[in-house]
Amino acid sequence: MMGWSKGKQGRKRGRASLEDKLFKYAVMGVAALVLALLWALVSKLVLDALPSMEAFGIGFLTSTVWDPNRELYTALPFIFGTLVTSAVAIAIGVPISIGIAIYLSELAPASVREPLSFLIELLAAVPSVIYGLWAIYTLRPLLTGSVEPFLIDTLGWTPFFEGAAFGIDKLAAGIILAIMIIPTVASVSKESMMAVPDSQREAALSLGATKYETTRMAVLSYARSGIFGATILGLGRAVGETMAVTMTIGNANIISWSLLDPGQTMASVIANNWGEADGLMLSSLIEIGVVLFVVALTVNVFARLMIGRVMKAVPMTGGGL
Amino acid sequence: MIYVGAAIAVVAIVIVAAFSMGILSTGSKESVSLTGAGATFPMPLILKWADEYYNVTDGAVKVNYGGGGSGAGITQIKEKQVDFAGTDAPLSSTESSTYGLVHIPETLGAVVVAYNLPGITSLRLDGDTIAKIFMKDISVWNDPAIAALNPGATLPDESIATVVRSDSSGTTFVFTGYLAIVSPVFDELYGQGKTVAWPNGTLAQSGNSGVAQAVQGTSYSIGYIELAYALENDISFAQVENHDGQFITASLDTTAAAAAAAVPALPAGDGDWSEVHVLNAPGSDSYPIVTFTYILIYKELYNEETEMNKTAAETLLDFIWWAVHDDGQSLAGPLQYAPLPDAVVELNEETLRSITYQGEPLMD
Amino acid sequence: MKGYNVRRWKDRTASLLALGCVLVALVPLISILIEVITRGAPAVDWTFLTERTKSAGSTDSGIGNAILGSVLLVAWASLIGLPLGVLTGIYVSEYGDNWFGRTVRFFNDILANFPSIVIGLFAYSLIVTVVGFSMISGAFALAIIMIPIVANTTEESLRMVPNSLREASLALGVPRWRTVLKVMVSNGRAGLVTGALLAIARVAGETAPLILTAFGNNFWETGLTEPVAALPLVIFRNAMSPYADLQEQAWGAALVLIMMVLSLNVVVRLLTRKRLKNYKAVKKTWKARLSLSG
Repeated sequence: MMGWSKGKQGRKRGRASLEDKLFKYAVMGVAALVLALLWALVSKLVLDALPSMEAFGIGFLTSTVWDPNRELYTALPFIFGTLVTSAVAIAIGVPISIGIAIYLSELAPASVREPLSFLIELLAAVPSVIYGLWAIYTLRPLLTGSVEPFLIDTLGWTPFFEGAAFGIDKLAAGIILAIMIIPTVASVSKESMMAVPDSQREAALSLGATKYETTRMAVLSYARSGIFGATILGLGRAVGETMAVTMTIGNANIISWSLLDPGQTMASVIANNWGEADGLMLSSLIEIGVVLFVVALTVNVFARLMIGRVMKAVPMTGGGL
Repeated sequence: MIYVGAAIAVVAIVIVAAFSMGILSTGSKESVSLTGAGATFPMPLILKWADEYYNVTDGAVKVNYGGGGSGAGITQIKEKQVDFAGTDAPLSSTESSTYGLVHIPETLGAVVVAYNLPGITSLRLDGDTIAKIFMKDISVWNDPAIAALNPGATLPDESIATVVRSDSSGTTFVFTGYLAIVSPVFDELYGQGKTVAWPNGTLAQSGNSGVAQAVQGTSYSIGYIELAYALENDISFAQVENHDGQFITASLDTTAAAAAAAVPALPAGDGDWSEVHVLNAPGSDSYPIVTFTYILIYKELYNEETEMNKTAAETLLDFIWWAVHDDGQSLAGPLQYAPLPDAVVELNEETLRSITYQGEPLMD
Repeated sequence: MKGYNVRRWKDRTASLLALGCVLVALVPLISILIEVITRGAPAVDWTFLTERTKSAGSTDSGIGNAILGSVLLVAWASLIGLPLGVLTGIYVSEYGDNWFGRTVRFFNDILANFPSIVIGLFAYSLIVTVVGFSMISGAFALAIIMIPIVANTTEESLRMVPNSLREASLALGVPRWRTVLKVMVSNGRAGLVTGALLAIARVAGETAPLILTAFGNNFWETGLTEPVAALPLVIFRNAMSPYADLQEQAWGAALVLIMMVLSLNVVVRLLTRKRLKNYKAVKKTWKARLSLSG
């Protein structure tokens, strides 16, 4: 923080002090307004979710039946979909991100580091709907043409790869999410690694370690919690992502273990159904929104705690999706 | 440099604000905007009407139709968020009596069973087989039931990817209504509805567009879409066996034949339309999966929530009048929607005449 | 000796793998750019940029109204979001060394990570139920998304200004509030500008909240209480269409949108590099940029 000096230097003349106070309270008022806005947001949503909460109680989180015809709603299939797609995203995206972070932090020549970092960060600038568009026309043919048939041939005997290769499924959504979380996870991991003091590296090198060994022993272990935090941060992004998932996941409101089956996430069920939802259904969708918010919040706070250990004051200017 | 940038930003914001407050304007003088949402089934036609009407009125009337599916349209008109709704599924009898909405059939269309089978240009299916395919009782293309209907065709040994609607859809309502008539098993297990709990592994997409695109892009798939979507995008669709045992290709003519043959006794605009359908119509030329599609508006157009002004109300009626008469109906044929039979046009005229604004009928 | 060779081999392989990861990640980026350009460019011409969207099969359909709609939405959102964000950032940086300031910052971070679809739901239940589908409801949702981004970059760029500047100003007798403004304008303005640009780039691509609020429009419509067209909506709706001409429009709109967003990001990068050459500054802006639009 600033550390405004108190005491003699801070003495003000009478008139100036009034203006100072006005300014200060005006600015404080705005900040309070933003707080109030957030408060209003959460309370309005919870209020609107009440009818659904009253109707279904805790069963909302355990029932597997989503049937508008019988006015039965639930969050479980969508929590499942969110978890599965996020898991795929983490499984694919995090190793790649760590690789990128290692390269940018330890291996890249200085001239190349900045432009490459910028390019990786550009991945985050691409609007999500364009990711969805690309997924439909470029990724999907790739999936139906080679990736999924291969997976069916090799792993089709497991319950995770049963089904046919249609390219509109949880796997497709997971892959797009993986690409979308790479900039986040890679950058924060990179920062964690760059925050490792050179003395650690030098100590390892002076013992005769190769770059690889140095990185493994000195850097990665030191930056471990930061990398872990980066992963959780990426998870937070994946959980809230809407558009790219809606366009790739296949909109099936049921729980199915195969990655090659369509599914639905909490975010995509809201996007897909809000238009026709009224009364109890709308309230249920909003309740799902509340659950989504709680999940995203928990994940992000946890990430913050992790990253905070390696780097100070990590503001999260990134947003949900 | 920053100050120049800031100045530009301020100027831009002022211009933008001026636009928004109508001081500057891209359009002409007094224009009326009407908003509608709902069925994607007639959407190609309604959008065409909107464009034509905009030209015909010299830009004075903008009819903004947003699609979203029949379910969305019904919800949004109930919530009074739109001026009119489109739906292929009529309101239930309770809904009709509770909300004060009237049905105005604006056109007729056909639901086709589109498929993607490389190399196969013609396919015959009957109602029972279609039902079994969508129930996943028949799961591969070279199933004997399909082969029996198509002797001479080499059907591949591939899984059938069924594509359905993910949103609450009038098209689903019509399609399942047909399946419920021709397959008692389907009726028992799934029934008719705007949404139906299709079996596991079914692909679902949003809107007629989404399903059409999915069938287009997925080999060995099958899905139900409105005829215009199939024809305009060169998507193959099956010949379906009709009530009289003929295998019919959906078209303008076979749709009109069904409408003519069934000519159901239609209720008044503000009555109960929940039983109205032209499915499985008799007649050797009738295509079996045909439906009216409806515009829903309030019988009393003024309400405190929207405060629709009188001009807008009159414009709405004028637009619908234009659409259900020759001006609008002549645009239906080229898009393969069947023009309304005269009796239906007359019924609509009566309905439109009964619409009131603050108690007074708007049309003479 | 053998042991050493194995270690060297591992070292080389690991380096290659790491580089490989970078290349793998760049593949989608390059692929997206290539696809958007090759599929979108044929659609883009003067008609496309100036005509309104028309029904499938029209020869002169365009995205002019969507471009205008997006610009207006972002402008209105900025009008609300930028001042609120900047002032909040100023508060936290200059006056916020207390429990309230910490609370504000914490909740600001929460807001920053809110799934945008949920923000859309909020705007829907608050505004659309009263005014109907409208530009103002869309702008409101976008403003909520902008505030935390702007607040954070403002706060951080202010925090980087050395205290000595403030103390010198105070010692000269300049009142505190004027000092704050002076500091912000002279040293913090790059941060302000980058924050604004990043926020704009982010909300320009947002789709989910707009589905629930702006509704979309095929006509030229600029009224605050009327549904409005927007580029991301055009992309979304036409992407899932079987009509070849509508698909091409989606790609054309995607090209326009991605050019806008990427150039904003490049400008931010140049501004950051030019003005503040140290590592910390880069850290701030990449954090802000790491927001995906949804």
